[in-house]
Amino acid sequence: MEKDQDKILNEVTQGEYKYGFVTDIEAESIPKGLNEDVVRMISQKKNEPEFMLEFRLKAFRHWQTLKMPEWAHLKIPEIDYQDIIYYSAPKQKPKLESMDDVDPELKETFDKLGIPLDEQKRLAGVAVDAVMDSVSVKTTFKENLAELGIIFCSFSEAVQEHPDLVKKYMGSVVPYTDNYFAALNSAVFSDGSFCYIPKGVRCPMELSTYFRINAANTGQFERTLIVADDDSYVSYLEGCTAPQRDENQLHAAIVEIVAMRNSEVKYSTVQNWYPGDKNGKGGIYNFVTKRGKCAGENSKISWTQVETGSAVTWKYPSCILLGDNSSGEFYSVAVTNNHQQADTGTKMIHIGKNTKSVIVSKGISAGFSENSYRGLVKVVKNAKNARNFSQCDSLLLGDKCGAHTFPYIEVDNKDSVVEHEATTSKIGEDQIFYCNQRGIKTEDAIGLIVNGYAKEVLNKLPMEFAVEAQKLLQISLEGSVG
Amino acid sequence: MLSIKNLHASIEGKEILKGIDLEVKPGEVHAIMGPNGSGKSTLASVLAGRELFEVTEGKVKYFGKDLFDLSPEERASEGIFLGFQYPIEIPGVSMVNFMKTAVNEQRKHKGLEPMSSSDFLKLMREKKELVELDAALANRSVNEGFSGGEKKRNEIFQMAMLEPKLSILDETDSGLDIDALRIVANGVNKLKSADNATIVITHYQRLLDYIVPDYVHVLYNGKIIKSGGKDLALELEEKGYDWLKKGETV
Ligand SMILES: Nc1ncnc2c1ncn2[C@@H]1O[C@H](COP(=O)(O)OP(=O)(O)O)[C@@H](O)[C@H]1O
Ligand SMILES: [Mg+2]
Repeated sequence: MEKDQDKILNEVTQGEYKYGFVTDIEAESIPKGLNEDVVRMISQKKNEPEFMLEFRLKAFRHWQTLKMPEWAHLKIPEIDYQDIIYYSAPKQKPKLESMDDVDPELKETFDKLGIPLDEQKRLAGVAVDAVMDSVSVKTTFKENLAELGIIFCSFSEAVQEHPDLVKKYMGSVVPYTDNYFAALNSAVFSDGSFCYIPKGVRCPMELSTYFRINAANTGQFERTLIVADDDSYVSYLEGCTAPQRDENQLHAAIVEIVAMRNSEVKYSTVQNWYPGDKNGKGGIYNFVTKRGKCAGENSKISWTQVETGSAVTWKYPSCILLGDNSSGEFYSVAVTNNHQQADTGTKMIHIGKNTKSVIVSKGISAGFSENSYRGLVKVVKNAKNARNFSQCDSLLLGDKCGAHTFPYIEVDNKDSVVEHEATTSKIGEDQIFYCNQRGIKTEDAIGLIVNGYAKEVLNKLPMEFAVEAQKLLQISLEGSVG
Repeated sequence: MLSIKNLHASIEGKEILKGIDLEVKPGEVHAIMGPNGSGKSTLASVLAGRELFEVTEGKVKYFGKDLFDLSPEERASEGIFLGFQYPIEIPGVSMVNFMKTAVNEQRKHKGLEPMSSSDFLKLMREKKELVELDAALANRSVNEGFSGGEKKRNEIFQMAMLEPKLSILDETDSGLDIDALRIVANGVNKLKSADNATIVITHYQRLLDYIVPDYVHVLYNGKIIKSGGKDLALELEEKGYDWLKKGETV
């Protein structure tokens, strides 16, 4: 019976990565390696003000004193940081007046990825910032948003146009001293998105950033900063893919969110970096620091992530619940297949009174993969009446994969209630046969079962992307049945 | 429509079916009875294509085709329906979504377009009434948290939705109170036609008061040891299986 089950699951869990193509476009890169000169060169290329260079240099010097963390449940070969290119930009005309100025190759690349940059073909109701390798290629709907006072642009542009905002908030949630990869990112980050929602404005469309790694041997270090002022609302979505390459590539990003009084930020990620091949060759190392600060009272930050890609994922989108009555949410589906490894989860730090947090984590492991949930719920002494509920489920497809749960709970306030539930289940041969008997093919049966299992999280995604994510879940687990 | 010849099947090297012969024609109702562990569910599973069981000998023709050339989902699409003795729970997958996928997969197999949402919902409503299924059940996850009786009724509901040619109902009556039994039997009878056939696997004769079989077979220790008309069921009710078992050893 066990054998049968394994056979079925083996067959279905060997899907192909659909975004593995490479765009042949001329890029402007700097030589491999990392030192102070490289940091200066990046800053200079971006024509940055002095405060940015200082920030980078401080971060770099700090990074040099650090060691790569080893506490995660991950096996990572040593990374040679001198063998990576830290800046690569597709060559195109310096100034973009209209869409006609975007290189047709680039346009085509994003078309192929389902992210049209053309005026006519744009996704309805979604503004996109498209980032390829180290630079932002194009931000759509910028002007429409500007009419409401919303700033949505590339990080580089924000540094030039809104240096005061950048200076005020950059590093305020994730300081460069936070961890190894945060320090590295702070030293060499290239681009990313910036978003500011002014007081009392409800952003009328989804904002989204699409990250694409294209060039070989290049690290991607992007940085996103979202600031929601009092009484504002924004829903933000991030997508990412990369070509199929035999070498591993490094992606170390930072996302910072600041939510002021009565504001709400929803941040959704559909992460589909190249996961490596069936035998574990190649793939992206995804080491990301994502954190939101509920700075004002009644503010709310909600993270939703669907993680299907990357060879190694190390990522804990977190909330610092500073304002009284603020709340944080973390909804996650993490799929690992073949030889993928994921160590992901969240941190909910309750500081204000009556703060609430909800954690729903759904891990799905197949093949020889390792999938870990790691979460911290911390309630400080003065966080009266804090509430947390955590639900961590693991679904196993086959018996060569692993699922692990590491919940850390630190409560220093006695009025607080922290609840944790965890389950582990397996897709049974009997469930698949039941579907088969109704005429449903094994591939579709697994898709159905997995999507049912992850429904609670998928329902949190913006509608436009929920369908996409459902398909993605199925694709990352499917393969040749027969 | 179904012709079983000398069927042998085993699990983990242990032979369970030891030479079954059975002919089923359109319009017929066959009852298979027999004590626990005789191999009734195994026969149903083998016909539906469960790979757990290995067919070691024998042939099964279904509308002239070799049944064992078809995958379980092909058999389903070609009209074989199995009402499970123990229906499986699929958490998070709503009955609506499950049935819609099943109906459309079967339509695809027949070269038909997927059903429109409104047609599908209409069909659901119609069939729910037929088996008096609580409307709320259809919005819940497949069999999750259903009572024993609800699960059985849900099997008949699915049968009604899929309109099979050959229905194999494995102890659909067990665990049902008399009202539920009547509803289930009614459902089966309403779906009966000259073109389809039903194999009812049961323990008790009482179901056969509602679903009147054309033939009754006694399966014991992997073999059909006696076949007869509907009166055989009454005789079994009265005398039990022992007199047959003795006969078999002689
Ligand atoms: N999955 C299985 N693994 C091992 N033995 C099984 C399995 N399923 C059924 N059997 C054995 O096959 C025999 C027939 O079982 P079954 O077909 O369920 O009988 P019935 O439905 O007539 O009660 C029993 O001895 C049972 O123990
Ligand atoms: Mg049985």
